[in-house]
Formats: sequence, structure tokens, C-alpha cells
Amino acid sequence: MSDTPASPQLDRRPESKWSMVGRDPYAMPLEQIDLAHPGIWKENEFLPFLKRLREEAPVHYCAKSATGPYWSVMKYKDIMEVDTSPHIYSSEPTIGIVDAFEEFTVPSFISMDPPKHDEQRRVVQGVVAPSNLKNLEGLIRSRAAAILDDLPIGEEFDWVERVSIELTTQMLATLFDFPFEDRHKLTFWSDVATAIPGGGIVNSHEERWEAMQDCLATFTRLWNERVNAEPGNDLISMLSHGEATKNMPPMEYLGNILLLIVGGNDTTRNSITGGVLALNQFPEEYDKLRADHSLIPNMVSEIIRWQTPLAYMRRTAKVDTELNGQKIKKGDKVIMWYASGNQDDEVIENPERLIIDRPNARQHLSFGFGLHRCMGNRLAEMQLRIVWEEIMDRFENIEVVGEPERIYSSFVKGYSKMTVVLHPKAS
Amino acid sequence: MVKILFKDHTGNERSVEAAAGISVMQAAVSNGVPGIDADCGGSCSCATCHVYVDEAWVGKLTAMDANEDAMLGLSSDRRGNSRLCCQITLSEELDGLMVTTPEFQF
Repeated sequence: MSDTPASPQLDRRPESKWSMVGRDPYAMPLEQIDLAHPGIWKENEFLPFLKRLREEAPVHYCAKSATGPYWSVMKYKDIMEVDTSPHIYSSEPTIGIVDAFEEFTVPSFISMDPPKHDEQRRVVQGVVAPSNLKNLEGLIRSRAAAILDDLPIGEEFDWVERVSIELTTQMLATLFDFPFEDRHKLTFWSDVATAIPGGGIVNSHEERWEAMQDCLATFTRLWNERVNAEPGNDLISMLSHGEATKNMPPMEYLGNILLLIVGGNDTTRNSITGGVLALNQFPEEYDKLRADHSLIPNMVSEIIRWQTPLAYMRRTAKVDTELNGQKIKKGDKVIMWYASGNQDDEVIENPERLIIDRPNARQHLSFGFGLHRCMGNRLAEMQLRIVWEEIMDRFENIEVVGEPERIYSSFVKGYSKMTVVLHPKAS
Repeated sequence: MVKILFKDHTGNERSVEAAAGISVMQAAVSNGVPGIDADCGGSCSCATCHVYVDEAWVGKLTAMDANEDAMLGLSSDRRGNSRLCCQITLSEELDGLMVTTPEFQF
């Protein structure tokens, strides 16, 4: 009998037998632990599962799951080893846990190895080059100010919708020079690209495919406009003029667009939300911040660690190999659980706490390390820094009301809704 | 002890003394030299310790390996004298080494 079920779509539903929700990770055999099912991530029950595996099976084989068998890599140093060994652990065919042939996926350089990866990344990384970031700072600040100034004081609203989504979407529209009034489509396409059918965003693969077709058509139109114009500083212009990308097939173009939208969208969004939540959970840190705004840049890195907006990245073993005593076979799926490595107390002291003046705050795993290290990392940090500078100028306290709603995913670690009330500064 | 002169893109100079055997990156970080972030802690995995080595010293360094070359290839503003300074190990022969930190690391 095959270990791989006929339909990962069905078996990743909340109510499927694969869900670990409500179960005690210490009261079940180690072999049964399956981190991949989205249930425990949505219900915020994942931390004890990560801890048990770190302690008792740091390189853990899950033989049966809704998405087939896979290895979980739980410790910081082992994750580093995998991440920095692309000759052993390939990013092809995909960096998601669901195998490419089971689901509609588009190629992009995140799921390529050298040399093709390097060729394509080099073309687009100019858009986030430090000189470009300097040019964007003023625009990001004025947008953050406008968004924050428009918020209601003393009454409940959804921070995710009014701030986190709005700010990051505006940022993306700028990077692509995308029609500003249609920017909500960028958010929609990004969410659809990573959605699990049945999880609340799309109901079927067909629905997803339709949305992706619309995305491709829109970006093809923009490509055709930009390719005939002078090269500009936006992403589409760079792709349509770059030597390594100007002849790329439509599916690859769509894939790289989606990569840049997804990469810059819910990750930054969920870090903005996560920072507010974390400061509410650790009020002494919020006091520290109020007393010293110069802590903001370090705090940003610590928030990104604490949130870990992408819980994992997947690799595929190119050869038989060994990791922390475990023998991995060629072709095996290997999951680097960044969300676990960022909680590894062998490397990070008191990892469950937000500590905004933590030393070595940048050594977290959330951006990955090695060739695939997040290209947008300084842009993300800049957005977060600016938004917190503007927040601290305006509000004494952002009070979270109740529990946030988390996203149904073991990959995207974030929030679909968080109710807050704003308390202005005394003066 | 080995002397290293760190220059920044504006021409500011900062002289540091460090023990042979540690990397230029470690010398920078432990002496608070700005412009070298070293996110990965020295494992050639983040390219945030990029420096331009003064021409007189380029040939005296151990040649870069494929990993360093790959990471530099994805870094901003790579030049002929670019190195990741976590990969430069200090020795008595490098006493007086001069490097410049790039503008984009500020």
C-alpha cells in the first residue's frame, strides 16, 4: 500500500485524519509526529511539537503524511548545513513540501540550482540594491504616515487589513510600477499562489489556475509595454531587458513574478502584525522600546526571528548523505524548519521570548542562508524600521484585543486578522 | 598581534589590532567597526562582510574558494578586489592589511 495518499488536497483539510490538532506531542510515538499538516500551525499548538523533535529526533523521518514521507531538520546548525550545501540538497524541483507533479507550480529561481539560479537572481536583485532602497525610503515613510494617520483612535479595528496588508501591498505596487488602483490584485495573487485549496482562499485547483491565468495575462501586458520602453528601475522592466531573462518562457516569467510578489508580500505583512503581537505578549519589551527608540533596528531583526514568517523551506537530496547521524537517501524530501531553528536554545538564549536588544539579532534563520538567502531582506527590514519609527511618533500603545486569527498553513506563518485599539501619545 | 586598517567609503580610517588566527570579520565585529554585519557569523553564507582589499594586499591572501566566489557573485557592486572578510584569516604576513568597507553596507 502506498504511503502517498491519492489527494494531498483532501488530506490537508482541517478535519482530515492527518491533523495533529489537540494532541500532546509527548503522548504519542515519535514516528507519528507530522509537522506538515497545517492544523497545529493555525491553532498555535506547534511549539511543543518542535521542541520534542529538537530534543529527541533533531533529524526526524516522518514516514506517512498527507504529502508523503519527508525528513524534518529541527536544529539551527543542521539547518545551516543543509541551507549552505546546495550541491547535496537541491532546491529543484520545488521548495514547497507538496511535490511539483501533484500541484500546479510555476518555475522560478527560488526552486533552481546554480548555474541557472545565479543567472536569474543576478538580473532582478538590482531592484533591491542598496542605492535603490535609499530612493524608496522617502516614499515608504510618507505612505506609512498616511496609513497610520488614517487609523481610528480608541476603537477596535483589524490591524492586518488596515495596516499590514495595505502597507506591503503599496510597497509591491511600487516595486513593479503596477497600476496603483489595482494593487489589491497583487495581494490576491500572492495569497492564491500559496493557498491550500479548502483553506479559505480558493476552493479548488481550478480556481487557483484561473487566478494565475489572469495574473499572467496582466503581467504579459505590462511586459509588452515595458520591453519597448527605455529600461527602468522597476522589476518588470528589469526582467524584460535583462540578458538572462528577456527570452524566458511565459510560465517562468509568471513564476519569477509570483516569487517576487509572494516573497515581498505576506512575509513582510506577517512581520508587521507579529511585531505588534509580540510587544503585547512581552509588555516589558514594549516599555523598553518606548524608553529608547534607537532600539528599533535591532528590534526589527528580533521580530523577524520571533515571527519566522516562512516556517520552512524544502530541499531534495541529490545523493545519499548523512545529517546528524541520520542516513538520508537520494531523492528524499528534506524540510528545514526555520520556525524550529529560530527556537533552538543551543544557539539562541531564551528563544521563546522577544528580547528587542538581543545581541546578534541578525543571525536568525528567517531569511535563510547561503545562495538562496532572501534577496529582499534589507527591504523588509527597512519597511519594518520605518513603520515602527512612525508608530512610535504617534501611539503610546497598540493594544491587541483577543486572540489573532492565524493562517491555515505550515509554510506561511502569519495572521489573517488581529483586532487592536490605538492609544495616542499623551502630548 | 596583527594590525588592520579599515577604511570606509567616505575615507574615514580605523586601525584595529587583532590576534593571528581569527578572521578579518571577527576583528571588525569585536572592535565595533561599522559596515560589517556578518549575519551568518562567519560561515560564508550571507555576503554581508564584503570588503574591497587594497591592491597591494590582494595577492597576499589565500585564493577564494568556489563558495566565496558564488556568494560574492550575488552581492552588490562586486569588484576585482572584492573579498568576504570572514574568509580572510589573519597571520603575521598580513600585518598592516588595508581594506575598505563598501558604501552599500552602511
